[in-house]
Amino acid sequence: MSDQLVNVLDWIAILCILAGALLSLVAAVGLIRFPDLLSRMHAAAKPQVLGLLLVLVGIALRLVPQEETGTFSIGTLILVGLFQVVTVPVAGHIAARVGYRTGRIREDLVVTDELADRLDAKRRAEKAQESGGSTS
Amino acid sequence: MSALWVIVAVLLGVAALLCTARLLLGPSILDRALSVDVLLASALTGLGAYAAYFRDPTILPILLVLSLLGFVGSISISKFVARRPEEHVRPEDTIHPGTKGEGESSE
Repeated sequence: MSDQLVNVLDWIAILCILAGALLSLVAAVGLIRFPDLLSRMHAAAKPQVLGLLLVLVGIALRLVPQEETGTFSIGTLILVGLFQVVTVPVAGHIAARVGYRTGRIREDLVVTDELADRLDAKRRAEKAQESGGSTS
Repeated sequence: MSALWVIVAVLLGVAALLCTARLLLGPSILDRALSVDVLLASALTGLGAYAAYFRDPTILPILLVLSLLGFVGSISISKFVARRPEEHVRPEDTIHPGTKGEGESSE
């Protein structure tokens, strides 16, 4: 590749990495500023993953000009990004679910709570079934 | 261009410090698990910036391992918390013990 092209790729890469670092900082600030677990989880999940993906794009653009290891490193980078995108929603879902079930969320900050309505309906149905079973 | 690399390093350092502050302050164990997750992702970003700066592809397998390690860590902490819910239990959950624990129902 020509030196000029490598230079342009380097500039795009540093801009991507800068944006990724900025998004990491935004995630950390959200982690400090937000009041409860669910909103912190929102801050931790989304900007963090986008920042990491931007940094991975930056690494790929820096490593592409190296002929001998280019393709292998880009395969590894794609795997890292894929694992992040697949695993972060699962981890966030499980953590939020456990936090809700064990009462670690602040209910005054929840705008709508559809899960509580469904749980109440389910409990009422179970209770009705129990009382119906005892009378019959 | 080297000034931009310094700025990247400073931003990531501040992010890691803020995550550590939340790790120390965090009211519940789930907040701490979350902040460890974010701290690990900042470490991932920092290692990636290192690899990009030195054009060094030998670090990339470490990125792969760390990205899976964060997932396993936060899942296992969540499961551990789900096993012992006695710390902050809502009153209705103590009345209806069917909803505590790992959750027999998949709501």
